Parts: sequence; structure tokens; C-alpha cells
Amino acid sequence: MATANVASHGATAHDHDHEHHDNFITKYIFSTDHKMIGKQFLVTGIFWALIGGFLSILFRLQLGFPDMDLTFLKPLLGGWIDEAGKLDPNFYLALVTMHGTIMVFFVLTAGLSGTFSNFLIPLQIGARDMASGFMNMLSYWFFFVSGVIMFISLFLENGPAGGGWVVYPPLSALEQAIPGSGMGMTLWLISMTFFIASSLLGGINYITTVINLRTKGMSFSRLPLTIWAFFLTAVIGLLSFPVLFAAALLLVFDRSFGTSFYLSDIYISGEGALPNTGGSPVLYQHLFWFLGHPEVYIVLLPALGITSEVIATNSRKPIFGYKAMIISMLGITILSFVVWAHHMFVSGMNPFLGSIFMFLTLIIAIPSAVKVFNYLTTLWRGNLIFTPAMLFSIGLVSFFISGGLTGIFLGNSAIDIQLHDTYFVVAHFHLVMGSASFFGLMAGVYHWFPKMFGRMMDARLGYIHFWLTFVGVYLVFFPMHYIGIAGFPRRYYSWTNFEFSNMYTDLNMFVSAAAIITFAAQFIFLFNFFYSMYRGRKASLNPWRSTTLEWTTPLFPGHGNWPGEIPSVYRWPYDYSKPGAKEDFIMQTVPLSATPESNLPHEQELVKLEKEIIAEEEEVLVANESKES
Amino acid sequence: MYGFLIAVGVLLLLSLIWMVYRIQTLVSVVKGSDKKIASSSNKVNALLFVVFLFGAGGLMFWYSIKEFDNYNLPLGSEHGAVTDQLFWITMAVTGVVFIITHILLFIFPYKYQYSEKRKATFYPDNNKLEVIWTVVPAVVLAILVIGGWKAWSDITAPAPENAHVVEIMGYQFAWEVRYPGLDNVLGDHDYRLVNEVNNPSGVDFTDRNALDDFTSPVVVIPKGEPVLFKIRARDVLHSVFAPHMRLKMDAVPGMPTRFWFTPTKTTAEMRQELGDEEFVYEIACTEICGRGHFSMRREIRVVEPAEYQEWLKEQKPYIVNNPALVENLPSDLKELADITIGEYK
Repeated sequence: MATANVASHGATAHDHDHEHHDNFITKYIFSTDHKMIGKQFLVTGIFWALIGGFLSILFRLQLGFPDMDLTFLKPLLGGWIDEAGKLDPNFYLALVTMHGTIMVFFVLTAGLSGTFSNFLIPLQIGARDMASGFMNMLSYWFFFVSGVIMFISLFLENGPAGGGWVVYPPLSALEQAIPGSGMGMTLWLISMTFFIASSLLGGINYITTVINLRTKGMSFSRLPLTIWAFFLTAVIGLLSFPVLFAAALLLVFDRSFGTSFYLSDIYISGEGALPNTGGSPVLYQHLFWFLGHPEVYIVLLPALGITSEVIATNSRKPIFGYKAMIISMLGITILSFVVWAHHMFVSGMNPFLGSIFMFLTLIIAIPSAVKVFNYLTTLWRGNLIFTPAMLFSIGLVSFFISGGLTGIFLGNSAIDIQLHDTYFVVAHFHLVMGSASFFGLMAGVYHWFPKMFGRMMDARLGYIHFWLTFVGVYLVFFPMHYIGIAGFPRRYYSWTNFEFSNMYTDLNMFVSAAAIITFAAQFIFLFNFFYSMYRGRKASLNPWRSTTLEWTTPLFPGHGNWPGEIPSVYRWPYDYSKPGAKEDFIMQTVPLSATPESNLPHEQELVKLEKEIIAEEEEVLVANESKES
Repeated sequence: MYGFLIAVGVLLLLSLIWMVYRIQTLVSVVKGSDKKIASSSNKVNALLFVVFLFGAGGLMFWYSIKEFDNYNLPLGSEHGAVTDQLFWITMAVTGVVFIITHILLFIFPYKYQYSEKRKATFYPDNNKLEVIWTVVPAVVLAILVIGGWKAWSDITAPAPENAHVVEIMGYQFAWEVRYPGLDNVLGDHDYRLVNEVNNPSGVDFTDRNALDDFTSPVVVIPKGEPVLFKIRARDVLHSVFAPHMRLKMDAVPGMPTRFWFTPTKTTAEMRQELGDEEFVYEIACTEICGRGHFSMRREIRVVEPAEYQEWLKEQKPYIVNNPALVENLPSDLKELADITIGEYK
């Protein structure tokens, strides 16, 4: 970064005098520059991904090697490893819970959406910065505080929250039921409150920026699909996170102020009957999944947006069905709010509701299918360049198919009776939401690294990272389908208590070994990421020969992104390999009037309109020049 | 030992990565390949997709066929045959889609890998195609959903009048089983009456239906007759999961739930069929409930109806085993209770 910093001063000093006011604190810590905030989200997200991944390795050790002596972990885990070298079952549950919470919220929500919405929205729509740089900064620091609190909870004597990442009451409300529901759960709730605030601040900003700050000519129908995805993601988050807040607030009341929103008819062994009556644990589930399901799309849509961009660029072809892609995403956005109860088919809610939600759930599979077919058609007769980002995008499509198809089983309430809360579900969501979104994140990092740091990541390390991770993820999650069909329940410390699940020790060992290797492979990425930041090859201005606006900025864009005027936009972002064109891409900033050789008939019409815009622009330029002289 | 091995492995991996990295950087500088649009790695990556397609695909088929009997659980209930059938139909449909889409996804990268001589086809949209692949999945999904909806409606319909009632109550960390006795009506319960020593279910013995209620360490049910599980929990959420019965329903404190089914094979028949003398039907918990979540086991024993009737007659109500439970009843009920106790003695 040091070199990057010097270079950016050199390149932009003439155009941006406010650049000089930055000191270390305002530039790197309390920055209001969307690019720096995006990087802050990214680095924090990577930190959390490592913690979350490490936790999963710990519980995979227990599941794959149940007889293993874990005494060597005692320096780290202390009392959670007992005399015999076994992991404590309560801590096992805490590990599962924290892995889920961290991965879903801190890595795939903040780390993915936070990074790329911040970094790309102003750059791709042609804006100087977010609508409110200050709110944007707050958004990051709320997330940071939330992370600090969650991190502290990992080290509590009674352990962090342990009721599963969904923290269903009464388990999460009663300290007597599980030690993690004491201080650990309190900190979980406080942390999530900060996180929700962070998401809302970020979301409002993304929405406002996309609606108001698009550059001249950047109509909604010319937005790159990334921006559409970030925009819709922000809308989903804005509408659903408050409901999670409501659920959490009522839980706080039940835990601390003796209310009975979720509690009823409870007898605690060794303590007696509790006074709470009339509450409903199912109410919490409804509120939770009203966020929880849209949350799936909050983590998935940005990944799909990034993939659309990367696949189009590296196929040297326009994304197939741009409008269909937007309509699918709109469909997913709307439908994501009316499918939540498919997580609750056997929760005891009215079976009639189950029927309704089954129909709605399977409708949402249609736009998802359309997206897959469009990706495939984009690859068809392309001229494919396998950059690491492209590899990760193709990997994403594969996971999206594999995990999406198993969703058709789970969305069918009759089949879900058997599969609910088994490893089939674990396999399903780790592929479709976990791994797919993670691959979207990786694709984004590899693709926009040159824009973030002015240097290239090493491609070959990227290939190795991709192949190890891609094969590794399948080796970890594909066998879980078999285990799930065999009925193995989730969140089990050990399966040997039951006849029906007293098998597959070999397969579980295999899964654990694959998980360890896959996790280890991520260090290749880490090395590549940090090494390339300082020592990577210098990037060219548009290394992927892409069409979108961010590649028209200087190598190290200053605060404000473009020296001088923000460029205007004259065409959609996917003019790749247009017949008649000299190059195999035409940037969005190239007027249609400059490319008569490649214009399509309807574009020829637009040339006239365009001339007016250009005339206007010239006026501004002349005015500016006269000011300067 | 493991720690040492892992440490060595990590070290080896790191040094390996470092060497590979240095070598390939130098090589690419010498070759000047970093200036090209697509280096020779492009071919390798394209080929690897095909290798992955056949390698992983082969592995999947091999393992799925080899392990079929292992992961395919024996089936013991009537509705389970329907849901299993739906499962395998869905598997067939999605399997075909899975294979076709993956063949395309991994063959395209090979076939259309970068070549300087070629230009990609400018093909931005085709509404006809979009309509086709919106409508076809919609129709297929509609068929699948309608099948699922029918099955779901039947399974969740009210239990037949003659269903044998069994109450299953989850608590940390076991299941308490209660039978309604000869009247087939469970007595009332109240969580405030729970007594861990002699009344774990909180049975209200002022309800005369409760007098012949009894408990059993094993869930005994008759073959071929409908059985209704009345499910509840007394502390946190649990979930009754009987994998062989394809049965699952959450146990919710404060909200009774239910699930009815008809067992089709006795335990003995199943043992014979599988050639496994150890086979038992089991109940497990599938809703995270705390430390002992993984150990909430109950056995289900399916017997012939005649044998079931025999067994019913042998069972002794709570109050017979524990006359203290009815000591403080009002006099008329106490009289009735004493008569009941007398009958069983």
C-alpha cells in the first residue's frame, strides 16, 4: 500500500487538491472514501473467513476423527478439551453456532456485499463517492464494533452462543439449558444489533447512490449486472434486517425482562417450572426466517452479479439475456420475501401454510434456473479466457446448479419431512449459498484486485488456489448428500449412539480430511493477496479489456475517482465482440456515433439523441476552460 | 503425534508453494507470457474442466451405486413409500438436469477456449429461448409440487379415529413416552405438575382419563394400524425423528404437535428381511437442544396387532407403580383410582 499511496499522489495531485488533507487516520482508518471502506470490509471479511473456517476445522476433527486425542489444542482451547483429550459437547455446539454466524453475516454479507457494493457502485455508475461518505464510514465501524463484540464472546468462560446460528428460543433464552445462552448469547445479540445497524446504513447508501448518482447516460437499462445485483441486495437487506432486529429485541426482553414472547410451559430440570406462559417459539422462527431466507439471497445475489460481469468479460461475449437476468433478479428479490416458512415445514406450524410455502418456494426455482441457462449460453461460442476470476465464476455456476437442485427436494414439504435438519440440508446450503457466494467473493477479488491495489495477483497461484478449492469443496460437501439421505442429523457431536447412523465413519473421516486440505489451500490465496498488494506485477489500466466505467479511472484513483469530469455513458456494458468493431470490446464511454461500423439498427437511431448529449457536454467543457483561464 | 504431522505437512506445503511460485514467475518473465492475452495455462485449465467432469462424474456414479444399500434407509411406514417415491422421482428429474448442465458447463470451456483466430459470437438475447427455459422448468416444477402437495396433505390430514395414541415428550436429554391406557384417551397434563421422580410428563391425575395412563421404556406399536404420535416438549425445542418411518415433527414447549403414520413391518420382519438380528427402529432428536442433543435415543418396537394387545394388558399405570401420585385426590376420584389400582394388583 505504501507504494500505491505514493503513486496515487503523483498521478492525481494536480486534479485533486483535497487529496493533500489526508493523514494516516483519515485515509486508512476513518476514511470516507468508498474505495478504502470497501477494502476495509474486504480485509475484515478475510479475517473473519479465517476464523470461521478454522472453527469448522475444529468440529470436523471431532466428526471425522472422534477418537483423536485433541490435547494438543489445549493451549488454545483450554478447558474445552477435557482430561481425555476430547472436545466438550457444549463447545462443539458453540463452534457450529459461531461458524454459521460468522460465515453468513460477517463473511458473506459484510465481506462480500460490503466490499463490492462499496467499491464498485460509485466506480461502475460513475459517481465521485457514495451518497453519504460519513454514513458509509459509520457502516464499516458499526460492523467493526459488532465483530469485536463477537470476537470477545469467543473467549468467555461459558463459551459463545451455542444454540445454532438460528438461535431458536427457548434454548437461546435459557441459560440453564445450555451455558452458551448466558453471556455468550447476550454478546451475540448485542453484536448482531450493531451488525444490523451497519447493514442498514450501508444498504440505504447503496440504494440512494444507485438511484441518484448515476453519471450522464447511465440509465438503469445500462447498469452493469453487478450494480443491479448490489442494488437489489440492498433493497432486500433494508426490508428484512429490521425484522431480525425485532426478533432479537423480543428475545432480549424474554431473556432479561421476564416477558413471554417465545416462552411457554417450561420446566427446567433441577429448578422447577418457569412462570412464563402464552409465548410461542414458532413466532421467533417466523420472524427469524423472514430475514433468514432473504439473507440467503443477500449473500447470493452479489455473487451472481459479480459472476455475470466476470463471465461476460472473459467470454468476450455479451451476457446472454441481460433483461432476463434483471427480471430474474427482480423475481428472486420479491419471491425471497414469501418463502421463509419452507424452513419450518415440520416446526409444528399449520400444514396448510406448509402447502402455500411449498408452491411459492418452487416458483423461486424458476428465475434461478433461467440464470443458470443464461450463464451457459453466455459461455456458448465465446472466446474464453480463464483468468482466476473466470475459473471461480464457472465454479460458482457449478455449485449454484448442484446446490440449487437439491433445493427442489427440500422445498417439497413431503420430501422435506425426512431430509429436514439432516446432512442433506447441510450439503444443500453449503453448496448453493456458502460455496457459491464464497466463489463469487473470490472471483470479485481476483477480478478487481488491479483496480483496488494497482497491481495484479499472480494468475498461476490463482489457478492452483481455484482447483484445490473447487475440488476440495466438492469432496467436502458432495459426500454429505449420502450421509443426509441416510438420515444423519445435523449438529450431532457423534453419531454412534444410534444404530441407523452408526456407520460412515470412513466417509466422515474423508470429509474432514478434505476440509482440512481445502482450508489449507486458502493460505495460497492469502499469500497471493498480501504479497501481490506490495510486490505484484503493475497492472495496466484495463487489464481484462473490460467495458465498464471503473476501468476508465486512473490506476490509483484518488478520492473522487476521476480527475476532471466524470465520463458519460453511451451504451450498455456488454458490447463484447460486436460484429464490425475493431476490438473485441467497446467501452461504455465510447459514443455510438464513434462506432458506425458496429452499430445495430436500433442503435443507429440513438446516435441522433446522443449528439445532443455531446453538445451539452462540450458546453460544460468550454465553460470550465474559460473558468480556468 | 498428529500435531507434529500436521505441522510438518503445513511446512512442506508452504515451501512447496513458495518454490512453485518463484519458479513460475521467473519462467513467465522469460517467456514473456504475461504479455499475452491468454497464456498456455488457458489450455491446461480448459482441459482440467473436462478431466474434472469425467473424474468427478465417474466417482459420483461409482459411489452412488456401490453404497446404495448403505445410504438407502429401510422403510417401515405406509406414507414413507409415497415420500420415498417422490424423492426418487425428484432425484431422476434433477439428476438429468444436473448431468446435462454440467456437461455443458465443463465442455464449453474446453470447446470455446481462447483462440486468437476466432471471435466470440455476438449473441445478446433470444426471447424465444428465454421463454422456453422459463416455461419448461415451471411445468416440471409444477408437476413435482403437485405430487408433493398431495402427499403432504394426506400425511398431515387428521389421524383416523381408531389410531393408537402415544404421547412423546422431549426433555433434556431424553424422550418420555406415555400411553393413554385402555380408554385410548390421554389424561390432561400441566407443566407445573412435573415431578422428576414420579411424574416427568406432568400428568394431571385429577383428570380421570389419566388414571390408566402408563409409561414405557420402548415405543411399542402395532403393525398395519394407524398410530398417532402426540408430541410435546417441556423445556426447549426438540424434534421427533424416526428415520425408518420417514417421520419428523418438532416438539415445542407450549404448543402440542402431532404426526400419524402406519407401520408396515414389524421389527422381527425387518430383521429377517435385512438379515440383521440387531436391527431396531429408532427415534432421534433433530432440533438442537443442548449438550446431549446427539444422545436422545428411543427404540420403537413394531409388533403384530395381537401381540400389541397382549402387551397393552401387561402394562401397569403410573398410579399402580406409584400410589403416592393419587394420595391427595378428592374423595370420589381417589375411590376410582383405588379401584383402578385394585384391578391391576
